[in-house]
This record gives sequence, C-alpha cells and structure tokens, in this order.
Amino acid sequence: VSAPASKRNASEWKLALPLAVFMLLFFVAPLAVLVSMSLHKDNQLTVWTLGQYGKFLGDPFDLRILWETLVLGVKATLLCLLFGYPLAWFASRAGPKMRALLLFLIVLPILTSVVVRTFSWIVILGKQGVLNATLISLGLIDEPLKLLFSETGVVLVLAQVQLPLIVLPLMATLSRIDPNLSSASAALGAGAWRTFWKVTLPLSVPGMIAGCILAFAACVTAFVTQTLIGGARLVYMPLFIYQQAVGANNWPFAAAMSVIFMIAVLAVVYVLNRMGRGSRGRIYG
Amino acid sequence: MAEVRAFARSVDWDARSQTLVFGAIATIALVFLIAPTVIVLVTSFTSAATLKFPPQGYSLRWYKALLDASQLQTAAWNSLRIAVSTTVLSVVIGTAGALVVSGSRAFWARALDSLLMSPLVLPALAFGFACLMYFSLIGLSPSVPLLIIGHTVVCFPYVMRTTIASLAQLDPGLLEASESLGAGRLRTFWRVTVPLIGKGIAAGAFIAFMASFDNVPVSLFLADARTEVLPIHMWQIIDNDLDVRTAAVSGVLIAFTIVLMIAAERFAGLTRQIGR
Repeated sequence: VSAPASKRNASEWKLALPLAVFMLLFFVAPLAVLVSMSLHKDNQLTVWTLGQYGKFLGDPFDLRILWETLVLGVKATLLCLLFGYPLAWFASRAGPKMRALLLFLIVLPILTSVVVRTFSWIVILGKQGVLNATLISLGLIDEPLKLLFSETGVVLVLAQVQLPLIVLPLMATLSRIDPNLSSASAALGAGAWRTFWKVTLPLSVPGMIAGCILAFAACVTAFVTQTLIGGARLVYMPLFIYQQAVGANNWPFAAAMSVIFMIAVLAVVYVLNRMGRGSRGRIYG
Repeated sequence: MAEVRAFARSVDWDARSQTLVFGAIATIALVFLIAPTVIVLVTSFTSAATLKFPPQGYSLRWYKALLDASQLQTAAWNSLRIAVSTTVLSVVIGTAGALVVSGSRAFWARALDSLLMSPLVLPALAFGFACLMYFSLIGLSPSVPLLIIGHTVVCFPYVMRTTIASLAQLDPGLLEASESLGAGRLRTFWRVTVPLIGKGIAAGAFIAFMASFDNVPVSLFLADARTEVLPIHMWQIIDNDLDVRTAAVSGVLIAFTIVLMIAAERFAGLTRQIGR
C-alpha cells in the first residue's frame, strides 16, 4: 500500500466516526428503546416481561391482522410483477428516445406524493367513480361495485403505487443481459417464446427478486394507502400499531407488535433472497 | 425448401405473438400507471362541488379556493421548510457516507454501509414510533428539529446510493493526478471530486427532498401539535370529508413534481441516475 493510500484510510476514519455516532444516536438507540419497551409491562419501563409477545401471539385476532398484512403484500407484489415485467421488458428494448420517455413516465409517479396518488384512486374507485360509471354505461354491471374499502381495492391501488419499484430494477437487469445470448438461442432454433422462458426470464431473476423485495416491503408498510383505500374496518399492521401507540397509549404492546412486524417482513425478504439464489442454479438445468 | 419457409414463418409468428402479448400488457401497465394522475388533474378543474369524473363543467374555482385556505398554506409552508432542512442535512451525511464506504473493502466499511442503508428497508412507521419513545425517554417532546432529524435518517440513504453510483464511475487516476500536481486533499475534493459526482449528489438530493416532503410515517409521531405538515393534513381531509380542494392541492403538487423533475433531469440526468 502506497503512502497516499494509507493516509487516505486514516482520514476516512475522521469521516466515519461522526457518521457512526449519528446513526447510533438517532437510529440504533431508538430501535434499542423499541425492543426494550416491547419487553416491559408499562410505558415507564419499570417491570420486565415477555407478556406483550405472549398477548399478541396468543390472540387469533391479532395474528390474523399480521397474516392478512403479509398476504396483502404478496398479492400486491404479484400483481406488480405481472404488469411490471412486460413494461420493463419493453422499455429495455426501446430506442434511446423512447426509453428516456418511458423512464420519465415510470419515475414520475414514484416521486409524486403518495397521498395524491391514493387520492386519485378514490376519484376512480368510488361509487360514482370513473370505473363504476364506465362499467354501468357499458352494461357490464347493474349496481356499482364496492371497490373502495375492500381488499381488492387496496391490492389494486398498492400495485399501481409501487409498480415503479419493480420496473426500475428489472429494467436495469434486462438491459444488462447480453443480447448475443438471445441470438444464440434463436440461431439454435428456439422460437421467441422458448428463448424468453429458457434464457431471458431465468437471467432476469435477480432483478425480479430485487424488485419484489422493494415492492413487498413498501406494500406492507404503506400506511396512507392502506388506511385511505381500506377504510376504518380493514385494519392492517401499520394502522394497528398506530392505534395502539397513539390511540390506546399502550407503548409496550405497540412496540412488541412493531418488533414482530419487522421480523415478519425481514423473514419474507430473506425467503425471497433465498429463492433468488436457488433459481440461479437452475438457469442452465 | 417448403419446410424452411414454413419454419421461417413459424418463427416469425412466434416473435410477433410475443411482441403482441408483452406490448398489450405493457400498454395496460403504462395506462394503469399514468391514468390516475391525469384523472385527478382533470377533476381538479371541475366547476362542480363533487369529484365526479369527467366533470360537467370546468373552472378554476377550487384553485382560487386554495388562496383562502390558510391551514393548507401553513401546512405546505411547514413541509417545505422541513424538506429543505432535511435535504441539506441528507446531502452532508449521504455524501460523507458514500465517500467513506465506496472504495473501501474493509470489514468495518461494509458494516457501516449496511447500517447506513438499513433505514430504507425497515418499516418507517416502526422507526417513527421508536423515535417518539426514545426522545420522550430522554426528556424531549416532539418538535421541528427532532422531526428534521427523523426525516434525515430515512432520507439520506437516497443521496448515499446515487453518490456511491457516481463515485464508482470516478477515475481514481484523476485524483492522483491532482494530488501529484500539488493540490491538497481538500482542494482536490472541491475542484475534482465534487464537480464529477455533483450530478449523483443532486439526483439523490432531489429524491430526498421529495421523500421528506411526502413523509407520513415519521411525521405522524414526531410533529408537535402546532406544526401540521401537508401530507398528514391532506390525509385527514380525505379521511374525514372529501373536499374538492384536495383535488386542487393534488393538481398543484403534480405540477410542482413535474417541474422539479424536468429541472432535475436537465441538471442532474435524474432518470439515468435512478435507472442505473
């Protein structure tokens, strides 16, 4: 190692230290308080107990909310993937101008306020909304569908709101795939569909997994969309935690719920990661 | 010969059906992605007092109504102030983080990297709640400075990510050349590194600004009673009574986003930085 390089390493520490202190003070310490609070009986942290976890895990009603939140995330992510994959495939094949335009249109929604995006769906899904009006005038339905305040509605809106999260990593992966591989597949006699299933799709698995992780994590924690589209009767974990923390002022229980929720989300992310690694081995199988 | 022709035709059909199926779904996806924004924009110009689409008549009455909506204006001003402070802090922390982490293969650098990026994966609502408990335990009640700190923790990783991507493209030879020509480390940083990674920092700063301006989960816990922020105020209006003014606010915010995005595209090549 040359002298300037080691000097650079030495000064890196001077930058790293304040950063580490910032993260310790404002990220690690709050999370430590969260975990500690979940192991206590009261807001003042006087009596230690595992009771909060027992209460949540022993109550079928609470467990169902957790389960429904995770299922909601899976459904919305799958819908995202169904719409997002072809869009990413198309955008990664488009010419430079078209590609720039598509990228702009894909990025714009993600930078627009989530409240605004969710609000526009209320205009669309309501009893007198565009969707019901169109379906009735086409004679497809007689009575307006109840889409607002239903799980179907929440899945649909989450899929739209988080769609760019899946499209962007997929586009990056798809455009990195060597086009010679598709040509080779075609030269060896495989049709476009066969080439897609056997070459393009397996090679794009890393991008799919990365996108699914981002979309899933965003869908399950989407407080604004879940509460506005789901209404007061469809309760998912973020609203449940908020109600317990602020409404009931039951910090230890809300903290235990937060910890369980975080572990559940991380577990799904871990499984997705494993799936990504597992399928990479099967590409040439 | 006939066989070859038949084969060629079948390949052609195969490719065409694929383009058709993928093209159809991609078109639906694009409409699905854009239509809500267009519909809310059109609805915001309605002359009626309902959110019916398409509107019976058009007017600017709901935009005019915004001029008298003092609560909404205060909330927007609060959000703007908080987002600007958050962006400044995020740029400092995110750039420093990127400089420390990129290029170093040391164990501690990778550990610091995952620590610095983890606010992006954890449920933000749990983090907001954790901050509320932490600050109240050390005797601080919700306030604007605490809110800015909370926003910064969840926003600076965006700056860090785009800056790391720019640093990866930076030729280390340029830095060595500058130093061997006698420039000090500080001078090299300001004169060589910053101009070359500036676009990455700017793109990240823009994303951090939008993320702070739109943040609900952290603000929900750290905003004090007097400081109402725009997204939460709008959330409450939509939850209680569907006021058509919300459509006008949405119209303003969409226009604001598009203008900022075009500026960020011009100056920082935003979509290239994100799509990387």
